[in-house]
Amino acid sequence: MTQTASRPRVALFVTCLVDLHRPSVGFAAIQLLEAAGCQVEVPRAQTCCGQPAYNSGDRATATAMARAIIDAFAGYDYVVVPSGSCGGMLSSHMPHLFDDDPNTRARAQALADKTHELVSFLTDIRGMTEVAASFDGTVTYHDSCAGLRELGIKTQPRELLASVSGLTLVEMTDPEICCGFGGTFCVKYPDISTRMVSDKTADIAATGAGTLLAGDMGCLLNMAGRLSREGSPVQVRHVAEVLANMTNDLPAIGQVRP
Amino acid sequence: MLATSADFKDNSTRALQDKGLHKALQAARVALPAKRAAAVANLPEFEQLRDIGRDIKNHTLAHLDFYLETWERNVLNAGGHVHWASTADDARAAVLAICQRVGARTVTKGKSMVSEELAINEHLEKHGITPIETDLGEYILQIRNEPPSHIIGPAFHLNREDWEESFRKVHTQLPADRVFAERRDIMSEARTLLREKFLAADVGITGANFLIAETGSSVIVTNEGNGDLTQTLPRVHIVLASIEKVVPTLEDATNMLRLLARSATGQDMSVYTTFSTGGRRPNDLDGPEEYHVVVVDNGRSAMIGTEFQDMLRCIRCAACMNHCPVYTTVGGHSYGWVYPGPMGSVLTPMLIGVDKAGNLPNASTFCGKCESVCPVKIPLPKMMRHWREREFERHLQPMAVRTNLALWAWVAQRPALYRLATRIAAKALKLLAGKNGKFTTLPLASGWTAGRDLPAPEGDTFFARYAAQQRNQA
Ligand code: SF4
Repeated sequence: MTQTASRPRVALFVTCLVDLHRPSVGFAAIQLLEAAGCQVEVPRAQTCCGQPAYNSGDRATATAMARAIIDAFAGYDYVVVPSGSCGGMLSSHMPHLFDDDPNTRARAQALADKTHELVSFLTDIRGMTEVAASFDGTVTYHDSCAGLRELGIKTQPRELLASVSGLTLVEMTDPEICCGFGGTFCVKYPDISTRMVSDKTADIAATGAGTLLAGDMGCLLNMAGRLSREGSPVQVRHVAEVLANMTNDLPAIGQVRP
Repeated sequence: MLATSADFKDNSTRALQDKGLHKALQAARVALPAKRAAAVANLPEFEQLRDIGRDIKNHTLAHLDFYLETWERNVLNAGGHVHWASTADDARAAVLAICQRVGARTVTKGKSMVSEELAINEHLEKHGITPIETDLGEYILQIRNEPPSHIIGPAFHLNREDWEESFRKVHTQLPADRVFAERRDIMSEARTLLREKFLAADVGITGANFLIAETGSSVIVTNEGNGDLTQTLPRVHIVLASIEKVVPTLEDATNMLRLLARSATGQDMSVYTTFSTGGRRPNDLDGPEEYHVVVVDNGRSAMIGTEFQDMLRCIRCAACMNHCPVYTTVGGHSYGWVYPGPMGSVLTPMLIGVDKAGNLPNASTFCGKCESVCPVKIPLPKMMRHWREREFERHLQPMAVRTNLALWAWVAQRPALYRLATRIAAKALKLLAGKNGKFTTLPLASGWTAGRDLPAPEGDTFFARYAAQQRNQA
């Protein structure tokens, strides 16, 4: 390991949705991590955290994928994930896949211990209290379930958003209620999921905010898709895009450059 | 009760179209969590209390045989009777035998979910005995011939208008202009009729929130006082309790009571908390001549020692369903059997079979809210995932789901291939979406696009762009 007190080696776990759908969030993460004094690398052997298999009851596949992740991310000081859901998979769930295998369990636990969700890593581990970004408008923030309840992410994004010049945050009545995404839930139970996300978009609309932010691409795509179907003018972005000051050059989710 | 859990999806589709249900659920989903939150905020040690509650239950479950035997001995010492029932049939037979022996014609009942599980009412009716529900919600449901949709608020799915309408069907002597502005007005009216029934009943049946090993007592909590009249006025009191209700001591019971009402309704205590120990003693002013407890296993002991043991900690407070975004969207009847919501999704497959209810644990987003409010910290999402694992092992999921998952997993375990596949997908989606930036319909994703658009991806994948960037820098 090459950790020096000032420049830890951080591996970015990109997540499959950022890779496929919103690469800019990955670049925003790199930029923020570098601003926080980290040396960032992106291990090429990574694909997905395995949640689709894990939550579908396919423990064997989830375990096989976990082994690959444990290998790919050995040797870094930290692993940082721009998602509470995938972050929670690595830091809360993965060790338990190896409860019957003490050797791998220990390696999985070591990985879990050094894995952090992006925004909470910046504030809680790197002590970041402000960002050099500006955003002209009113935003509202959705607390994604795994980030909130597995990893305790609540104040961290709000604290950093408060430092963005020009930005005003207005809270929803219930920012903590699930948006109805739930991974495969939204395609297995589309009617229920649609009703849940409609309740969420009603809460978003009631704030009057022009932009919706969250820290998880799954929830963001779900809410963006519903807002778009409703013809809502609300723009949707990953919180890292705002913190990394990318919003001038990057259209919101599902928008195209004019 | 005929289980329709296997039809959860169809049940929920119907429920989503029910405007009255929607209204009832929307009101409750805001009010109940707010009440619990206020009660919890008023008790600084609530979080520690949850740990205590969990530990009491874990300890009891680890020594369940000992505490049940101790409890039985103390019931017998107090002059009561204990009937062990390993199946629902055994329990029904035990209740019926007591009722028939004393020549019962009517039976009053306090609210009891175990009684729903055992379908006691149907069984008694079949044998010419009339059961009368005395909890107001249950009373209304009995008029409507509907099962409860919630474990503590049985008529959770109804609005005040529905109550009034059903009520007037039976209480026909009421003037048409009589106003029922509040549930309380209906209750006081119901009481006039129920008093006579209480006095006429030969047997009173209640559930039990707890059984206390050191004293041989059973405990019930109610807000209407109907439980007390049910268990003290008739000659015979039958308690229906499942095996996991036992706690070691009075002090343990009081700790659990501190958790129960706060989690359930946001009250510090329920209005009535009643401890029953045996029947009437020679100098007692009131109480039943006979006190019986029918202790029901009905599949629970099979959970001990499995990954589902923690579920036996449940104290039936309903916090998990009150806070569940799925339950408060589709209502309790969608779950198709006695126990709805997160706790039902874990318990039902165990009690009626994974073939009949193995799909319920899929109907969760794993948002984790249930676990975060459960007074005894049951890891409900984890147990739902265990059920999904069993379902997967037994190949109970649709073939298409398994094939897609297998294909995805195969690709995802080959990073180079995965890079290529995702790159093709991202570019194709971007191209197809064109200037719209979104899809309004998409083959293979109709579930998604039925209610929302699919935003198009940015274009190239992160890994492709990152590799290009690294090359340029080199
Ligand atoms: S699982 Fe927990 S929250 Fe749900 S009813 Fe049981 S004790 Fe209450």
